[in-house]
This record gives sequence, structure tokens and C-alpha cells, in this order.
Amino acid sequence: MKTIFEMGAPGRHAVMPAPLDVPAASLPDAVKRDTPLALPELSELDVVRHFTQLSRRNFGVDSHYYPLGSCTMKYNPKIMEAIGALPGFTRLHPFTAMTDAYRKICQGALEVVCEMERLLAEVSGMTAACLQPMAGAHGELTGALLIAAYHKAQNGVLRDTLLIPDSAHGTNPASAVMAGFKTVTIPSNAQGVVDFDAYAALMGEHVAGVMLTCPNTHGLFEPRVADMALLAHENGALMYYDGANLNAIVGRCRPGDLGFDVMHFNLHKTFATPHGMGGPGSGAIAVGERLVPFLPNPRVVKDGGTYTLQDSAQSIGRIAPFFGNFLVALRAYAYLRAVGAEGLKTVSENAVLNANYVLARLRDVWRPAYDGLCMHECVLSAATFASKHGIRALDVAKALLDRGFHAPTVYFPLTVKEGLMIEPTETESRETLDAFCDAMLDIARLAETDADVLHQAPRTMPVGRLNEAQAAKNLDCACTG
Amino acid sequence: MDWSVISGTEKRLMLNAVGVADMASLFAVVPEALRVNALDMPEGMSECCLSSYFEGLARRNCAGCVSFLGGGYYDHYIPAAVDALAGRSEFFTAYTPYQPECSQGTLQAIYEYQSMICRITDMECANASLYDGGTATFESAIMAARITGKSRVVVHDSLHPVWREMLLTHASGSALTIEDGNEPVAGDTACVIAQNPAFPGTLQDFSELARRCHDVGALLVLAVNPVSLGLVKTPGAMGADIAVAEGQSVGLPLAFGGPYLGILATRKAHIRKMPGRIAAATTDAAGRRGFVLTLQAREQHIRREKALSNICSNQALCALRALIHLCLLGKEGLRETARACHAKAEYLKAKLDFAEVLNAGPTFNEFSVRLPGNAEAVTAAMLEKKYLAGLPLQAVNRGGPNDLLIAVTEKRTRVELDAFAAALRECAA
Repeated sequence: MKTIFEMGAPGRHAVMPAPLDVPAASLPDAVKRDTPLALPELSELDVVRHFTQLSRRNFGVDSHYYPLGSCTMKYNPKIMEAIGALPGFTRLHPFTAMTDAYRKICQGALEVVCEMERLLAEVSGMTAACLQPMAGAHGELTGALLIAAYHKAQNGVLRDTLLIPDSAHGTNPASAVMAGFKTVTIPSNAQGVVDFDAYAALMGEHVAGVMLTCPNTHGLFEPRVADMALLAHENGALMYYDGANLNAIVGRCRPGDLGFDVMHFNLHKTFATPHGMGGPGSGAIAVGERLVPFLPNPRVVKDGGTYTLQDSAQSIGRIAPFFGNFLVALRAYAYLRAVGAEGLKTVSENAVLNANYVLARLRDVWRPAYDGLCMHECVLSAATFASKHGIRALDVAKALLDRGFHAPTVYFPLTVKEGLMIEPTETESRETLDAFCDAMLDIARLAETDADVLHQAPRTMPVGRLNEAQAAKNLDCACTG
Repeated sequence: MDWSVISGTEKRLMLNAVGVADMASLFAVVPEALRVNALDMPEGMSECCLSSYFEGLARRNCAGCVSFLGGGYYDHYIPAAVDALAGRSEFFTAYTPYQPECSQGTLQAIYEYQSMICRITDMECANASLYDGGTATFESAIMAARITGKSRVVVHDSLHPVWREMLLTHASGSALTIEDGNEPVAGDTACVIAQNPAFPGTLQDFSELARRCHDVGALLVLAVNPVSLGLVKTPGAMGADIAVAEGQSVGLPLAFGGPYLGILATRKAHIRKMPGRIAAATTDAAGRRGFVLTLQAREQHIRREKALSNICSNQALCALRALIHLCLLGKEGLRETARACHAKAEYLKAKLDFAEVLNAGPTFNEFSVRLPGNAEAVTAAMLEKKYLAGLPLQAVNRGGPNDLLIAVTEKRTRVELDAFAAALRECAA
């Protein structure tokens, strides 16, 4: 398919501004553009057809089952899109919140921010929340900065280390380092959960905090999470909850009650906002009592019947220009208001049931990395197929595409060889899960009988397997004409 | 209301298949004492009630005023085709293109976005986008420190005050030393971060500053407004090493602060030090062109604590909107939009003879004035006449009580400008 830069013709245009109704003005040469403006020249139909064609070269949740582990690719209800498109929200300038004169014309939006933060605090068992962080990793960085600010204010020993399990998302150590911490890895045990003795041995006065995902990326609830929190607190360290897997427990138990002091939500995962090909998401955070004074400025508060802004002198500062990815939080807020407490419980129940159903149907053929039940996702391994038949997790992924399914997450977590991480979510029906499991079993049969066919997958996509080494070597990342 | 689909009889059947008696067994691992009994939240709502409730909330925001409020975030027209195309769920319900063969739409769009950014900025490569202009500024500082092996970051007084604050917060745990100033300091300066047009609106040619930065081994990071580049000298032409921008002005609604789009572009020599995703062209075994994410060894999912940044996403849907918007405008449309913004701002500036223009040099779409009266009070009075008259600069600690930042986009008509000037004269007196 052509790129947009290989299309069009000189002089063609689509949407032009109105003819100038004031005298033309000119700029001094020194600040005037003196290089060609090499933009394409296209008609509206050229543009519409090009991007419509591009959209057809994508799998999305609306068109395909998308069991991408750790990403919670649940269905995004259409009413939230309608709410997210209301002009009263989309056309509102954020600086209206920043001056007393304008604040009365953004009360509806400030109510969304304030009430969403209250709901998030309630759902997580925390004291307060903040919508500013713009993605999960951004929430982690914010949380790590809060932990640093808290310890600094204690004026105690220097705490420069965060403990992070080996099964954690790569963002955890990366965020910790960006906030100025050293990281130390906590090993998993043979059951796929934190090795408690190893953890206890790593704990000490230098530890500022512990970053934990629960259930972890093996899809397993950390059975000793409360003990871990107790030990951390005894040692003066704080507990960070990575909310990536919150969908497994939402409405049933709360990170605050488990002993966590600070967490991020992935609003786009748990609360059903679209993932937008990789963003925008929202990494809103919530904190317990001790960290409230350090939350990013400004905070939205209700003063009598009016929503207004407040700064804290101890705040870490500003994480977003305004209130984070507001339209994402708005959709998530609408979702929470739609489902209510009862609905939330149903969400986690069905998410866990669906994952266990897939696990039960596949476990005799695709061996799970760890025994027992799972939470909202299961991690299987293609290691046996790789050694016996040369069929790796990547081959399974590509063969699934030909069968009309998006692939699970592969090669993650790093603790599992040839990992296939499957997260069905609660919005998928049993028929869909069965069809997916049938495809997985069919691929297993082919691996034994006709492995070559699998190596050639995918065959039904617009392109076959792409040469990634060549992409990195002959770097062509922009058509600059 | 919820969107789970497993009903009573199916649930039984599935529990049987799993080999457990009931739902509670699936959660047996969660200690009883830690389970939540009741959440203090409102009852769920039907779709119909939800719709009315949020329409009510939206009505409490006045989005219908004639706007001269900018401050880095502008009220431009967004063509209908942007919403129609970016509203295709094949785009917005997809995720990160981990499987390139079923994500060619996303990957090619990112490649085209990167190309488009290079073309408007005159830079050689761009990433797949960051969260917003402020975080892009922070990432550019980290990137400059990594390229130069130096740690001093000099923040020029032209930089957006909110981005400056974000930079300070984000870098508070890093080894960067951030200070205000307008010149690089020989020895340890990683970069100077300037903005064009400056936050108060003034345009400058930063070519000389770029040269002075390079003379002492520092980089110039230049923050720009994408719309201005239809008319204004580019960061590439000025010799900037890294260009960053807030992409809101090209195809994104104001949306009370986000989602927005963090643009970052640089020279090819620095590409391996650039954070964030990058899409690149390659081929499959049959020689067909396709697109993949590349240079992933820089990123957190592989490098973990040694990654260039913790970023694990991009604002892909916002980048797509910007791309479509710029395609619809095209070469002539972007130039004409920029010309219109500039000409209308100049027209209004000339009409405000009762106020003192504070900009020392030329401006693009926004300028600062000192009013005869208090800016906050004037904007309150103007609001009664359904105008967002601008941003009182004292609210962002960038001016005195009477100073107002006024933005004009191509949407404003001569009739509106005349009426606005008259109303402002009356309210400011």
C-alpha cells in the first residue's frame, strides 16, 4: 500500500480556512519559514480512502478477540464514546480552571475530576486520588516520586532502593530509576509468587519501598501480600501497587486494605476505555493518608457547593499540565457510574472465571507455567513444543492471526520460557473462548504433524512476517522526501 | 449495568469445566479478612440515565464562548473527517502493535506521522509521540544529558511556565541540574530549552543561540507550535538539535487538558538516544513493504532499569488525529491557516490601542498586553459578554495584575474581532 506521501497532486486540497477577511500581514524574514513545506496535496476523498484502508489493516477489540495478556483488552461500551464526545467537555479550555474569573464555567468538568478521584480512592481503599498521570508508567514515576518526597520529609536514614519482583513489568524498574532510586530484584519461587524469605532478606533500612503487582504477571495472587506489607512497614518502607492487573480483584478487595500506600490505575484497562493503538490511556494514582500532602498540584476540592483548586506546599509539583488525560478519565468515570459496586464485583468474577476456563481447556496441551488456578489471566508455555517440534511462542502467535484471533502476549513475563500470556477479560462470551481454545488445540496438532505450515504463518494478513533486523539496520523511520 | 456476558447456566457449565464448586472458590486465595464488604459508591445506572446525567454535567460547562484564550492550547477548527476517520474502531480499539502483521494500519500511520513531523519541523527523525508538550520537554532534557554526558539544563525564559514546572517535578529525582537562564554555561551544559513563539507570544530567530550552544558542546532544544510552522522559521532551519511541541493545535480538541500529544523530533545522529517508540519500514519474505516497531532495545520492556525512558505507550490515537488533520490541510492549508492566525492577531493587536502591547518583537497568533484595569476583573466582565478574553498572566506568574495574553486563531472572523475589541475597550476602561 502507498504511503500518504506517495499520493496526491500539486494544487489539490481538502479543507481550507475561510478566505482572509482582514488585511494580510507579513513577518520579518529572520523569523519566516525559508524551507519548503513538503506536505502532501490531497483531496478529502484521498485522505478518507487512505485512512479507511489503513484501518482495515488492523485488529481491534470491536473486530477481533484480543486476549493480550496484561493489557485487559475488554470491550469499550459505545455510550462512553458518546459521553467523551460531548462538546461541553471537548471544547472546554483547561485554563478556565486556573483563574477565579473563569472557574464558574467549568464546574461540570471539575466535578468529574473531583468525584472520579473520590471514587478511585474508595474503590482502592485509599485516602485520595489524582488523575494527572497520563499512562501507567507515568503513574509509576509519580508514585516513586511521592515515595521519595515522603522519605525526604521524614529526615531519617537515606532510603535509595526499591524492591521489585522479577516478574514485574519492565516499567517498574525503569520508573524507579527515573525517580532516582536503585532497584533490587526479588526472586519468584517455584510456585510463581514472591519468595518471601528472599524478600525478607532484602528488606532493610535502605529500602524506600516495594513495587508489587497483585495478582502478579503470572496471573497469581500473591498469597503473602499482607505479610510483605507488614514487613515493609516495620522497616519504614512504603508499598506501591502496580494496578495493571486490578481487573482481577476490583470490587472484591482493595489495595489499601492489603497494606499498600500508593498505587496507579490503568483506567484504560480496568475501567474499559479504548486503548487507542497504544494510547492515550490514564495512569491515575491513589494514596493512603501519609502521602496525601505530597500529591501533585493543583488538587480539585469542593468548597461548599463549588469546585475549586488547592495547592499543597509539600506537593511534588506538577505531573500534567492540567488534569491528565481528562477525556479518558471522563469515560472511565462514566463506566464506574454505570456499573456501580455490584457491577464491579461481576467484572472481576467473570474475568477470573473466563481465564480459568481457558486454562482448563488448554492446560493438558499447552502447559501452564505454574500449577493451580489463575486469576484474570493465565500464562502458558510453548517450551515443550519449541524443543520437540521447533514451534515457538512466536509461531503460535502468527498462526492465531490466520485464525482470526489477536495473539496473546508472548515472551512475557521474562520469568517464563516461551510464554503465552492469555487474558480473556469478562466481556468475552463462552463461544469466543471455545473458538480460541479450539484454534490453540488445532495449532498444537499441526505442530506435531505439519510444523512447517506454522512457520509460514501468517498467510492471510496484508504482509507476512516482517524482517525486523533489516528495519533496525537500514533505518527508514521517516519519508522525508 | 455491566458488560460481562456469562449468564447463570453458562456460569455453572464453566465452573464445572474449571473443576470448582462456585465463584468463591476462584477467589479462595484472597484472605477473607482482606475482602471488601461494601463500597461507598452510587448505584449503577442504565445507559439512558447515564446519558442524561453526563449531558447535564456537560451543560454546566460553558463551551460556547468566543475564545481568545490560548496559552499554548488553542481553539482551532478541526475538520469533520478527522473525527470520522480517527473514530473508526479498528483504530481506537486496537492496542500497541505488538503483532505487526495485524497492525499495519497503526504502524503505517505512525510511520506517516513521524514523516509528517519531520517535514513540518525540518528535523530528520521523530518518535511515535509522547504524552504531551510538557513531558516531551522533560524527555528532551534527559535525552540531551545522555547525548552530551552533561547534566546542566538551562531553561530559557521563553518556555511555557507550566512545562517548566513539569520539568522540575519530573527531573526532581534525576541527576539533572535545572536552572533558569538564557545562555549555555561552558563546561557542563547539556542543553538550553527555549520556545518559539515564546509563551508570551514573541517570535525569535534562535539560530545564534543554537550556534552558541554548539560552541560549548551543548544542545539547543526548541519547543514550537506546529501550526506556526506553516509560516515561521523551523527548529531544523535554526539549528536546533531536538524539537519538541504540544500537538494539540493540529487536530485535537481542547478537552479540558487532554489527551494531548507530545511531539519530539531530532537529528538522525541522535536517534538511538531518543526515547519512545519508533516505527520503521521493512519488507517481508515476499518483498512486500511493511512497518514494524524498531530499535526496541532502548525500551523498558527489554532494558528494564537501563531503559532510556519508562515510557511504554504513545499517544497513538492523538498522533493519528494530528496526521489526518495535517493531511487534510495539506501544504497550502497549513500555510493559509498559519497566515490567517497571524493576520487576524495583527489586526486585533492594532485595534487594541487602549492597551500597551508587551511583546518586544514580532508575534504569531498570540500577544501580551497591559490593560488599563485588572486583567482578572476584565476577563470576568468579558465573560458576562460571552468572551474568553485571554489568560491573565499573573495566574501563571508571568506578568503583572493588568497583563493579559490574547490568542487569535483562524476561526475568529473580522466581525468577531471588531466586536471583541470594542467590548474589551469598554470592560478595560
